[in-house]
Amino acid sequence: MSETLNPAAGDDRTINILQLYPRDMNIYGDWGNVLVLKQRLKWHGYTANVLDYNPGDGFPADVDLLVGGGGQDSGQVVIQEDLQTIAPALRAMAEDDVPMLAICGLYQLFGRFFKTHTGTVIPGIGLLDLETHGGTERLIGNVLSVSEEFGEIHGYENHSGQTFLGPGVKPLAQVRKGEGNNSKDTWEGARYRNVVASYLHGSLLPKNPAIADFLLQQAVIRKFGAFEPRPESASDLDELARLSELARQHASQRPR
Amino acid sequence: MSSFSVLTGKLVRSASKLRGGGSALPGLVVEKIDPDFIRRTLAGLPLGVAVVSGTNGKTTTTKMVVELLESQGLKVFTNRTGSNFTRGVAAALLGEVDWRGRLDADVAVLELDEAHAVHFVKLIQPRYSLLLNVLRDQLDRFGEIDKTTRLLEAIAKATTGTVVLNREDPRVASIAASLDRQEVRYFGLHESLRSTFPNDDEMRGSPAEAAAAVLPADVVLERVAETDADFRVDSTVVTTGLKLRGVYNIFNAAAALALARVIAGPQANNDALFTALSNVEPAFGRGESLVVNGQPLELVLVKNPSGFRLGLKSFAAHGYSTMIAINDNYADGRDMSWLWDVEFETLAENGVDMVTGVRAYDMALRLKYDDVPVAAIDPDITDALKKFIVSSGPSPMRIFCTYTAMLAVRRELSKITTVEVVS
Repeated sequence: MSETLNPAAGDDRTINILQLYPRDMNIYGDWGNVLVLKQRLKWHGYTANVLDYNPGDGFPADVDLLVGGGGQDSGQVVIQEDLQTIAPALRAMAEDDVPMLAICGLYQLFGRFFKTHTGTVIPGIGLLDLETHGGTERLIGNVLSVSEEFGEIHGYENHSGQTFLGPGVKPLAQVRKGEGNNSKDTWEGARYRNVVASYLHGSLLPKNPAIADFLLQQAVIRKFGAFEPRPESASDLDELARLSELARQHASQRPR
Repeated sequence: MSSFSVLTGKLVRSASKLRGGGSALPGLVVEKIDPDFIRRTLAGLPLGVAVVSGTNGKTTTTKMVVELLESQGLKVFTNRTGSNFTRGVAAALLGEVDWRGRLDADVAVLELDEAHAVHFVKLIQPRYSLLLNVLRDQLDRFGEIDKTTRLLEAIAKATTGTVVLNREDPRVASIAASLDRQEVRYFGLHESLRSTFPNDDEMRGSPAEAAAAVLPADVVLERVAETDADFRVDSTVVTTGLKLRGVYNIFNAAAALALARVIAGPQANNDALFTALSNVEPAFGRGESLVVNGQPLELVLVKNPSGFRLGLKSFAAHGYSTMIAINDNYADGRDMSWLWDVEFETLAENGVDMVTGVRAYDMALRLKYDDVPVAAIDPDITDALKKFIVSSGPSPMRIFCTYTAMLAVRRELSKITTVEVVS
């Protein structure tokens, strides 16, 4: 399934966004992240071509931006084997600076392994230097974290896996409210090349447009050499900036 | 002891009603001083207890089952107050029992929240259960929807007689595999309607399940129109007029018919069942219609993506002024992610007149990304409602609201119009 919006006549300004496992790993509104990228590209005068990849599909060429979401335990079982078959392609893309967003379940599986609390080890794809240990307590609630790159990051966490970062990745942000990666240190998410990984739902990108713009600008620069927005109307982006800021302010006042 | 606790509970109930307080407090008092009250009171009912659970549509479905059974001449006890925790059942019982704690009823039909139902069925094994659906709802409370399925399975396993399942929901239908001593019955949809009711897996492009078609269903919803619907019962198709609004309510009517027919048994009077069904009014906040300034005002409760999608699908936006009220209190679910699993394109043409609630700006941002114009935003529900009514002028109004936002809207509306008081 693919859809094309705002087809640009003449010069190609199309960015191919790949949704990884939308059928099995789409819980907690992760669709919102794809929608935000698609619409912001449109408002900046680019065209988004959204592709889906589900288990067993042929892996598409020319992916400019990759988005992966969270799933239930059952969803993770379904995609696990398939994920290993496309792991070399995903690792090569990350090394080639393709921007990627990995949320919750796929954040965990992008790491080296997930060890359940009963001791079963589920291999990850080692795209990110981190490991996750299943816990017995569930970390649930609103999160406010702060990143040097993106400023305040607002979202909602809901996970039992506890993730610990290795020296090969940097944390995305430091938690001010909530738990983040685990209940021991104060880090939330991970950063590596153009990969942004996080436990945060909400969805993440609507209330954190700085991350959305980082991802789409990296995709555009990597493909076309420079980011040259041609907004049809400045008012869409202005109103968006105002609403995002108000939504962030109200979110920051909500209880854990 | 039992008369004492009943009397105390009744007194607390009267007192808290005078205060306009919550419906569960008297139940809490009885629970503390006489924990066996519910079990003892319900144990003597000749037709036992029926439990209705699932993530969506419990209140309306329970209301329908009660009215269907009453059409068969049965005396039915139910927790009408919409307080679907054990304490709410105790509170409702207190209103019905005589001072010795005796309940004059043939059967109890209880709506139970899925998490609380698990505790409830340990206390009282139901003779019947009706399990509606597992849609993503309040994930921050239950963690995962597969976990919710396990909660419903626990209700089914505790049932001593018949379990009625939705064959269209793969998670609910899968519960049958874990049952051995119970009789299992299904309700379902005609295949032409399946695409109208996406289950949770189908919300993002997954193909409809083929498995549903092979399960035999006692009651099948065959066709839905604006004011009537066709149901297939025992290979006969019956067309009936309906006061219920919203396609999801009408699918739940198939669920209610299936359970009522099981409870009423082979002597069930079908004509009386369908007459009763045609007269069922929607439960409060489930598409109920009020009159404000001479114009109809509809309240549509939305609490998860599937419910919101069905709400948008069921009630055409054209000609209506629309307000959306989103809170994030515990009863609403704190996580706002669910708004991103709803598509709002159908509102784009008319726009949304007012967005309100604690998370008004999250909602407004969501609408912006679907290119839906928003005329005004005001997080304060009282102010927003006043402005909305004024700006609507001669148009009929519709308010989509989360649970606690609906309570706030009703409280404000009760100052200017007649609103059913929920004790």
